[in-house]
Amino acid sequence: MRSPLTPEMATQEVQLNETLAHLKTESETLKTKLEEERAKLHDVELHQVAEKVEGLGQFVMKTRRTLKGHGNKVLCMDWCKDKRRIVSSSQEHAVTMPCTWVMACAYAPSGCAVACGGLDNKCSVYPLSLDKNENLAAKKKSVAMHTNYLSACSFTNSDMQILTSSGDGTCALWDVESGQLLQSFHGHAADVLCLDLAPSETGNTFVSGGCDKKANVWDMRSGQCIQSFETHESDINSVRYYPSGDAFASGSDDATCRLYDLRADREVAIYSKESIIFGVSSVDFSLSGRLLFGGYNDYTINVWDVLKGTRVSILFGHENRVSTLRVSPDGTAFCTGSWDHTLRIWA
Amino acid sequence: MTIRTARQDRVQHFRPRTHCLKKLEAMVVEMQDSKSGVKGSEQKLNVTTIPHVISGKDVIAWITNKMKNTTEDAQAFGTMLVAYGYIYPLQNHRKLVMCNDDSLYRFQTPYFWPTQKWFAEDIDYAIYLAKRNIRKKGMLEPYEQAHYNHLHEWLNHKWDFIVMQATEQYKAGKERKKPDRVVFDCQERAYWIVNRPPRRTHSALDVGPERLIDPNIDEKISFDQYRRMNMFYQQAIMRSKVKSSVSLGALVKYITTYKNHDPFLAPCLPSNPWQTDNDSYWTLNMRRVDVPTKMRVERWSFSLFELLSDLRGRDDFKIFLKKEFSGENLAFWEAAEELKLGTASSMSTKAETIFKTFLAPGAPRWINIDGRTMGLTVKGLDHPHRYVLEAAQTHVFLLMKKDTFFRYLKSPVYKDIQKKAQSPEAHNFSPAQLEQNAQSRSPGIHPMILWQQEEEEKAKAAAASAPVDVKAMMSKIDRKK
Repeated sequence: MRSPLTPEMATQEVQLNETLAHLKTESETLKTKLEEERAKLHDVELHQVAEKVEGLGQFVMKTRRTLKGHGNKVLCMDWCKDKRRIVSSSQEHAVTMPCTWVMACAYAPSGCAVACGGLDNKCSVYPLSLDKNENLAAKKKSVAMHTNYLSACSFTNSDMQILTSSGDGTCALWDVESGQLLQSFHGHAADVLCLDLAPSETGNTFVSGGCDKKANVWDMRSGQCIQSFETHESDINSVRYYPSGDAFASGSDDATCRLYDLRADREVAIYSKESIIFGVSSVDFSLSGRLLFGGYNDYTINVWDVLKGTRVSILFGHENRVSTLRVSPDGTAFCTGSWDHTLRIWA
Repeated sequence: MTIRTARQDRVQHFRPRTHCLKKLEAMVVEMQDSKSGVKGSEQKLNVTTIPHVISGKDVIAWITNKMKNTTEDAQAFGTMLVAYGYIYPLQNHRKLVMCNDDSLYRFQTPYFWPTQKWFAEDIDYAIYLAKRNIRKKGMLEPYEQAHYNHLHEWLNHKWDFIVMQATEQYKAGKERKKPDRVVFDCQERAYWIVNRPPRRTHSALDVGPERLIDPNIDEKISFDQYRRMNMFYQQAIMRSKVKSSVSLGALVKYITTYKNHDPFLAPCLPSNPWQTDNDSYWTLNMRRVDVPTKMRVERWSFSLFELLSDLRGRDDFKIFLKKEFSGENLAFWEAAEELKLGTASSMSTKAETIFKTFLAPGAPRWINIDGRTMGLTVKGLDHPHRYVLEAAQTHVFLLMKKDTFFRYLKSPVYKDIQKKAQSPEAHNFSPAQLEQNAQSRSPGIHPMILWQQEEEEKAKAAAASAPVDVKAMMSKIDRKK
């Protein structure tokens, strides 16, 4: 029970509250000022620039493979750089309640290892083997340790470093060999759900999205958040860089996908429709960046024309929510994983 | 090593936000409007007549009309209404889909609608199952029996209360009129199918792992957080931005440049392996082909980043650089990449090798960078860290990007490979051939074997080239560890 306030304490408390209110007002003023600065350079809309661009034709995308190996919800998948193999992860199911959700998985650039993790709060690396009978679990190596679930992981351009995001609100960069924490990234106010590494030549930044509705761009070297976007109305489930590295797309529980221009520092497009009200779980671009594929919680996949902002195709086939979607490294197909226990390759 | 976080784990866990509920509710209310909603009728279920029964095709037709979309779209939306529990099927109650036929459905009572604020508790489920048990022993399905046994175990201390509640509800149920009782039973059963779905049922309330924040409240922002936010805003205001017309123009330009290389927009030659089950496209574009395809060679000209990312292109670039006796820039860049992306333990060894090879006065592959950058880099190498070569690496990359790259594109080496490059004919398989292709699918070379081959080639190249292939040496240092 709190002791009664003395007059001195009361004054102090009032002062602290005033400063808090003062900071809040300052914050709001600064936020408005930032919007004004952004607006000053906003001389044209994306769809205006897109008017000169040719429209897209009809698309015939079909399921080319259905992969049925999992006995449970497929949660995540990643392509191997050989353009044909994938690694996927799912939820372990016991009779009465789910136990281990392996929510994140990634293929190493060399093709010689995979990383995965989830409710165990860890990210572990498994070196692969040419020997089909070898017990891969024996050589498993725990690399990352968070204080809450692992939501996403990705190798950098080598097998030696892994970037992770977690329900504990942070992202982190780890040295695979030693398990050493190389850099941590603090700034999200809630669970971080997704991340993507920039494809640029400098390769030193990444973007993350979280339950605080924010998408943050980070400098891997300093650990600083260098850009932040807060326009979504709900959790951001997926972020993916545009192939040139100058923009990124996000997919959210608010049923929209959005495009953010990093050089202009603003949101430049919203991909949505009145009839689409279910959350987007996963997004990815086609090779040229013209198409944006989105996997949705209503079991469908919507294909968007990135420039014109229109939906060019809707694909049916899964019998439960689409939880993960990635385009293959050479852009010839994309793969979706679903809670209906299957993976599908579309081309 | 565990990462430390400033946020406390408040132990309480929350359902992920479900943003769509408000819109779904609005829709469902409209659908039940007596004038403009979906028309219901009375239907006989076993011996009882139940009011307000709707058919799947009527629901889908109503949605198609309301949302002005296709029947398929509307059916997907209808399935969502069932998966969330706003509408429940009367026949085949375990399959939560909307069928576009005479299948019968009913609107769920608002009492059982999903809400963000609270969700179906285990204790309520225990009471429900206990009640079913009272009504008719052995009536529970196997999955329900399994749930019941599990709940009986871990809620054992509350079991008297549960049985008491179940008995009360059972008695109250007996006092209702038969049609009302049947309806209520259906509603309650539907509610629990959605909230505790049996194994093969896909329910939309089956959500992912719980979250650490309560989506119903606004988190209180602390003093410290405000200070940090304000600092961030100030920096963001100061940072240089580009005009929209410029940056958007660049996005459009990228798309236009790569348009013909995007397999979803232009056919890949000879054919897309996923569509025809013929691997030629992948074989022709392997890492070490003698003769690359014309498309691939064209792509190298798009940017230095593209040229270097494709190892075959990098090889060609190296041939050009060798002729110009200016291979040290690329060699340095590769060594710096290996340092940046390598293991933490190999860093100091690599840094030393790089210094001796590229930066020391009189070094065998001395790189020509400006004095200031050289000074900073050499100083940094006293205490090497992952990014110690950043400045030098960027400088060298820009040099190559602005000068060497363009000379390469105009060089006989590039023109030569452009001429040599092949342009495969498009496949034109008959259905019978496609069938055959599908029968003879093969998994392709294991990436581990490819990687081993690559490492061997690198070692050979290191032995062959003079004075020293730093990249191979770096990887060797990594592999030894």
